[in-house]
Amino acid sequence: MTGRPAQGLALEGISVAYGRRTVLSRLDVPSIPPGSVVAVVGPNAAGKSTLLKAVAGLVRAEGRAVFDGVDLMGLGVARRIRAVGYLPQHLPPGTSLTAYETTLSACRAAQPDLPRREIEAAIERAFARLGLADVAFRRLGELSSGQRQMVGLAQIVARRPRLLLLDEPTSALDLRWQMATLDAVRDMATNEGAVALVALHDLNLALRFADRAIVLANGGLLIAGAPETALDAAFLREAYGVEGRIEKCSRGIPVVLVDRVSGGVERREI
Amino acid sequence: MIAAGSTRSTRSEAGPSLADRHARFVRRRVFLVAALAGVLSLSFLFDVATGPSTFPLGDVVRGLFDPARLPAAQAVILWDVRLPYATMALLVGGALGLAGAEMQTALDNPLASPFTLGISAAATLGAATAIAFDIDLFDLPQTYVIPLSAFVSATAAMIAIQVLARAYGASVNAVVLFGIAIHFSLTALEWLVHFLVDANASQQIVFWTMGSLARATWDKIAVVAAVGLVCLPTAMHHAWAMNAMRGGDDHARSVGIDAQRLRMIMLLRASLLAATAVAFVGAIGFIGLLGPHIARLSLGEDHRFFLPGSALAGALLLSLASIASKAIVPGVLLPVGILTALIGVPLFMALVIGRRPR
Repeated sequence: MTGRPAQGLALEGISVAYGRRTVLSRLDVPSIPPGSVVAVVGPNAAGKSTLLKAVAGLVRAEGRAVFDGVDLMGLGVARRIRAVGYLPQHLPPGTSLTAYETTLSACRAAQPDLPRREIEAAIERAFARLGLADVAFRRLGELSSGQRQMVGLAQIVARRPRLLLLDEPTSALDLRWQMATLDAVRDMATNEGAVALVALHDLNLALRFADRAIVLANGGLLIAGAPETALDAAFLREAYGVEGRIEKCSRGIPVVLVDRVSGGVERREI
Repeated sequence: MIAAGSTRSTRSEAGPSLADRHARFVRRRVFLVAALAGVLSLSFLFDVATGPSTFPLGDVVRGLFDPARLPAAQAVILWDVRLPYATMALLVGGALGLAGAEMQTALDNPLASPFTLGISAAATLGAATAIAFDIDLFDLPQTYVIPLSAFVSATAAMIAIQVLARAYGASVNAVVLFGIAIHFSLTALEWLVHFLVDANASQQIVFWTMGSLARATWDKIAVVAAVGLVCLPTAMHHAWAMNAMRGGDDHARSVGIDAQRLRMIMLLRASLLAATAVAFVGAIGFIGLLGPHIARLSLGEDHRFFLPGSALAGALLLSLASIASKAIVPGVLLPVGILTALIGVPLFMALVIGRRPR
């Protein structure tokens, strides 16, 4: 993919089925420009993880995922992984590899031609950026799920792919590290012109960090656009079945406030 | 790449770099592997020296390098009895340790061993069939027909598991489920063989299943060594990919590793190692389970060290068991399979309890 002008990402007619069950049906997302952070949101089982896996080439999918003018679906594994970094929701706890070894192994597997010193320097920077130097030589099984999630992100940061596919990277993190993680993703998008598709359950993080939102529901695209406009009261009702609103706090940051489950009892302020 | 302004100060800013610390880590592991090899060499010498007639260690070393300097009787005992047994213990232990390590990584299960997938049960059935029905193969003596039959049976079982698992997506669960199913089916068939044959043949089958190094000869040793010489380097070639696979299949595939294909190769290699080892010495339990656990605890799970460490630990365990099998009852050679289980169970429990969070 190197040498081509950055054009961003466009998804055309992405469909995925597990056996007879269709998870995504002819999903179209028009051009996402370079430098964008895109929140992929929606209720459970809406197809968020499946969409990321389809673009990463981890599940069989129909349609086209055109990145910088090249259809990723038709690319060989070696060229695809040079451009794409996929972060699964969790790294497994039951391994005795250290955080550094895990990252080194992933980087070596993904970029076998890269000189060792370059890989080591990239890991050094990634661990420093994400505050992981203190746990670099602890076994993955001894780390908390949040720390393991950060180690997974460190692999992506070290590899510097131009398309980031992050599956709920903040799900196990406390507030501070949620911010640090999404700050790092934002930096990669801004400084390197990368595109980041980030599956998120926390709508407040989506509102705060994303340039645009892709809302999935029932295997299809419900709405796509700027978070402030896409994530509104109608969206909350249709996607999640709750009554709520988006309001700005005193510092102008939009916040989701949920009042009640649709048709349920209104939540009382305590 | 990343903008300045880390959210946390890091030790790497002041002290040695992570790469330097990793290099130190690697050097320590190289030292540990070398130390394990050193202890194994000593154990090998003691194994050769131990037996009904005592060999001073000096004589053992002299006899190894210059057999002509030993009395003829001693040279025969050394080269035709002691060395084959001790060498077979090293090779079989190493093969089972390496097979266990590959299986535990491939199946993402620390309890996996060459016995998990029914390899041992298949080899036992093959041996039992050869003993029970006195199979004649190309006029070969029965001492070769039995291991050949055991090997063919174990190989057939591993191919059946691979074919079935591949038909159902080759997931970890599919491989384990089919392995367990085949294990129980083959065990039932072995019971059937016991039921059909006379008491003498049944006793021979039982003795075979106990596992014994007394079946070792130099030509059998050459076969096990050849399999090991093929399998260890090819396993080492996959060491980085195995490391990446410990992050899960999706993670491995996202960095370009065909996890399903690699798993199949690992299981085939592990099955070949286990089938060869078991075919020549009978069923020897716990080495394939315990060897990798000792290696993991002392060396971690970087497969560049974990794989050779597991082979060395497996070899050391069987070598120690071989010494014990001659030392417990003077003048009697106990089947080594009994010893590995007797030593292996408390050792395994100690490792498990030792790792319990306090």
